[in-house]
Amino acid sequence: MARNYVRFLALILAISICSEAAIFRPISDSHRSAALDLFKPIDGSFSSLEETYEALRTFEVLGIGNKLDISASTCRSVVEVLGSSSSNLKDLFYALKNQGILKCAIKEEILKGVSSKLEAAVNGASSLPDFYYSVGGLVLIKDQTPEVNVLLDDAEGVFRSIKALSQSDGRWRYSSNNPESSTYAAGMAFEALAGVISLAPSEIDQSVVATVKNDVVKLFDSIEKYDDGSLYFDEKTVDAHEYQGPIFVTSSVIRGVTAFAAVVSGSLKLPGDNMVSIPLIVSLPATVLSLTQKDQLKVSVSSVLGSDAPPLTVKLVQASSSSSKGASIIENQELKFDGDSSFHVLDALPDSVDIGKYLFTFEVVLYDSENEKVYTTGGKTQVPIFITGFVKIDSPEIAILDSDLGSIETQKKLDLAGENSVALSANHLQKLRLSFQLSTPTGKAFKPLQVIIKLRHESNVEHIFLMGNSGKQFEIILDFLGLVEKFYYLSGRYDIELTVGDSVMENSLLNALGHIELDLPEPPEKAARPPAQPIDPHSRYGPKAEISHIFRAPERRPPKELSLGFLGLTLVPLIGFLVGLLTLGVNLKNFPSSAVPATFAALFHLGIGAVLLLYVLFWLKLDLFTTLKAVGLLGIFLMFVGHRVLSHLASTSS
Amino acid sequence: MARTTTKDAQDLFHSLRSAYASTPTNLKIIDLYVMFAVFTALIQVAYMAIVGSFPFNSFLSGVLSCIGTAVLAVCLRIQVNKENKEFKDLPPERAFADFVLCNLVLHLVIMNFLG
Repeated sequence: MARNYVRFLALILAISICSEAAIFRPISDSHRSAALDLFKPIDGSFSSLEETYEALRTFEVLGIGNKLDISASTCRSVVEVLGSSSSNLKDLFYALKNQGILKCAIKEEILKGVSSKLEAAVNGASSLPDFYYSVGGLVLIKDQTPEVNVLLDDAEGVFRSIKALSQSDGRWRYSSNNPESSTYAAGMAFEALAGVISLAPSEIDQSVVATVKNDVVKLFDSIEKYDDGSLYFDEKTVDAHEYQGPIFVTSSVIRGVTAFAAVVSGSLKLPGDNMVSIPLIVSLPATVLSLTQKDQLKVSVSSVLGSDAPPLTVKLVQASSSSSKGASIIENQELKFDGDSSFHVLDALPDSVDIGKYLFTFEVVLYDSENEKVYTTGGKTQVPIFITGFVKIDSPEIAILDSDLGSIETQKKLDLAGENSVALSANHLQKLRLSFQLSTPTGKAFKPLQVIIKLRHESNVEHIFLMGNSGKQFEIILDFLGLVEKFYYLSGRYDIELTVGDSVMENSLLNALGHIELDLPEPPEKAARPPAQPIDPHSRYGPKAEISHIFRAPERRPPKELSLGFLGLTLVPLIGFLVGLLTLGVNLKNFPSSAVPATFAALFHLGIGAVLLLYVLFWLKLDLFTTLKAVGLLGIFLMFVGHRVLSHLASTSS
Repeated sequence: MARTTTKDAQDLFHSLRSAYASTPTNLKIIDLYVMFAVFTALIQVAYMAIVGSFPFNSFLSGVLSCIGTAVLAVCLRIQVNKENKEFKDLPPERAFADFVLCNLVLHLVIMNFLG
C-alpha cells in the first residue's frame, strides 16, 4: 500500500501519456492528512529503510514539513547501515536514498568505503536486483558527494550482463536461474542501465545501446488502455502473493524509461506521444456561482502536485446551457490573471446569464511555445457549472371557488417568504385554487423541479398534488367533488403545505400555509378505508394497561387459641404415659453399672436424642439432603454403639 | 336376664383385670406406650374434624406417625413376649434395636412429610 502511494506520485510526476485529463484538484490538505495517516512511525522510526525513504519522499513532495520527528532516528540508522560492513545491498541503497533527502552528516571515508563495496558488488552481481541496488547506490553517491570518485571499470561488461537478462518481448528476468519475467523488472533494468551509462568512464558501444532502445519499444507494445483513454502497464503472469498492481508496474517502467532517455543521445521512438511531459490541470474552487452574491468565475491552472504553471491564459471557449439544447451564452472570453490569488478570473458574467445548469468549456493557451514540449494542457476541459439565484414569487394566493360558476367565495393572499396560517372551509361541491408566478432574476419563466402541494388530514392521511404551469403562472385547482373518493370520505381539518424547490433556486421553500376544514359526504357501504397509519412507536412499546390478577381465596384458618388449645391437649396423653410409667414402678436397674458398657449405654441414648434433635432441625431449617447425610453418619455411630450395649445386655441377661 | 348380662360383663371385666395383672412389667410399659400413641392420634383427628383438613399433609403426617409408632410397639410386644413360641430364639434386645431403628426411619419420613 505504502509503496503504491509513492509510485503513484512518481507516476504522475513523470508521465503524460493520457490525452484527456479529468477534472481533479491538485494536492490538497486531504492528500496531506491521508499521507500522515498512512505513514505512521512506530517509536519515531519506520520498520525499514525502504519505508522510511517512501515516507520522507512523500512528505517532501506533498510539502509536509514534519520530517524532523523521524530525521534524527533515521540519520542514526543511515549512518549505522552505511558504516557497517554486513549491510546488504538493498539497505545500502535505501540508506543512500534517505541520505539524499535528509542530508545527514556522514564522513567522507564512510562513503568511500560504501562506494568501493558497491563497486565490488557490481562486478560480482548476477541477479537484476543486485545490479539495480549496487548501480543505483553508486549513482546516488556520485550525485550527493562529488568529492568521492565513483568509477565503474568494466561498464560495458556490466551493461551486457544486465542486457543478457532481457527477453524478446521486452520484459526482463530477475536472474539467469529464474525463468519468470516481469514488466516491473524491465523498469528496474532500464534504470540500472541508465545508471551504468552515466557512470561509465568512456562511451559504451552504441550497438548495444540501440538494442536496449529496441527493447523499450517492444515493451511499449504490451501497454494496455483504460476506458477513459489512459494507458498503463501491468504484469501478464500474476503471482497472487506478489501482485502489486498496474500503478506499481507502470511507475517502475516510466522511471526506468525516463532515466534511460535522459542519458541516451538521440530520442526514443515511443508509440503515441513522443514526449514525456508535465500535465497542467485546470481546476475550479467553486462550481456553484450565485447571482445574488455576484460570485466571480475563478479558475486555477497548476501542475498536478500544485506547483505553479508557466505563463498562460485561460480561455472560456463556450458556456452552453444544459437545458436549452446547447445554445451558448458566452463565447471566447479570456480570463484575467489575478497575480495575488493566482487565479484566472472572469470579471463578470454577462447580464443575460440566467440561473440554471451550464457546461463551461475551457482551453489553456501557453505563452511560450517552448513550454509546449515540457507541459501538456490536455485540450479542452469541460466543467459543469451551476448558476444559482433568487427566484421571484409573485402574487401568491389561495382561494375557494364555487363549482360550475367559478365564483370566488373566499380569497386570501399569501406571503410565501414569511409565515402564513390561513383558515379556510369548504364542502365537497367547492374547489380550492392555489396560484402564483415564478420568474428568474432576468425575468424569464422558471420551472422548478418540485412544486408540490400537500393536504394532511388530522388522522395523518396525506394527499400530494403536483402543480403544473403555463409559462410563469403556476396554478392548481382541487375539485373536491372528484376527489371525494380519493380522500376516503374523511371530513375534517386538513393542513396545507406548499413545497417549491430546485437546485438552482436559492430561496426554495417548504411552507405550511394553514388549514382547511373540509366537509365531505358520508362514505357509502363499499368505500375504501383509509390506509392504516404507522402507529406511534412510543404507544406500541410503551407500558401496557395494568392487569389485576384474581387470586384464589386463601383457606380459612382456625383461630389461634383453638390451635394452641389442641396443642396442649395433644401433650396430655404424653403426661398420662409418664404418670402410668411411674405407677408401674419403672426403674433403671438394668442400666449397666460397669464403666465401659455404661458409657456405651449413655452414648446410645445420646445418639437417639441427637437423631431426634436433628429431625427437629430438619423440620425447622434444614433440607432433606443435609439431613440424610447427618442421619447416615449418626446412624452408623448409633448402630455401633447400640450393638455394643445391647449385646452386653443380652449376654448379662441370658 | 338383664342382671346376668351386666353381672357377666362385670365378671368378664374383673377376670380380664386380674389376668392382666400377671403380665410382665416390660409388656405393660409397651401397652402403655401404645395407648399413648393412639390417644394422641385420636386428639389429632378430633382437631381435624373441628377445623378442617387444610394442610392435609400435616394431618396425615401427624396421625400416621402415631399409628406407625403404635404398630411398631405392637410388633415389639409380640417379639418380646416370652410366651410367644414363634420368637423363642430372638433375643429381646435385638427386637428392641429393630424397634428403635424402624422408629427413626418412620420419624424421618414423617418429618419430611410434615411440611
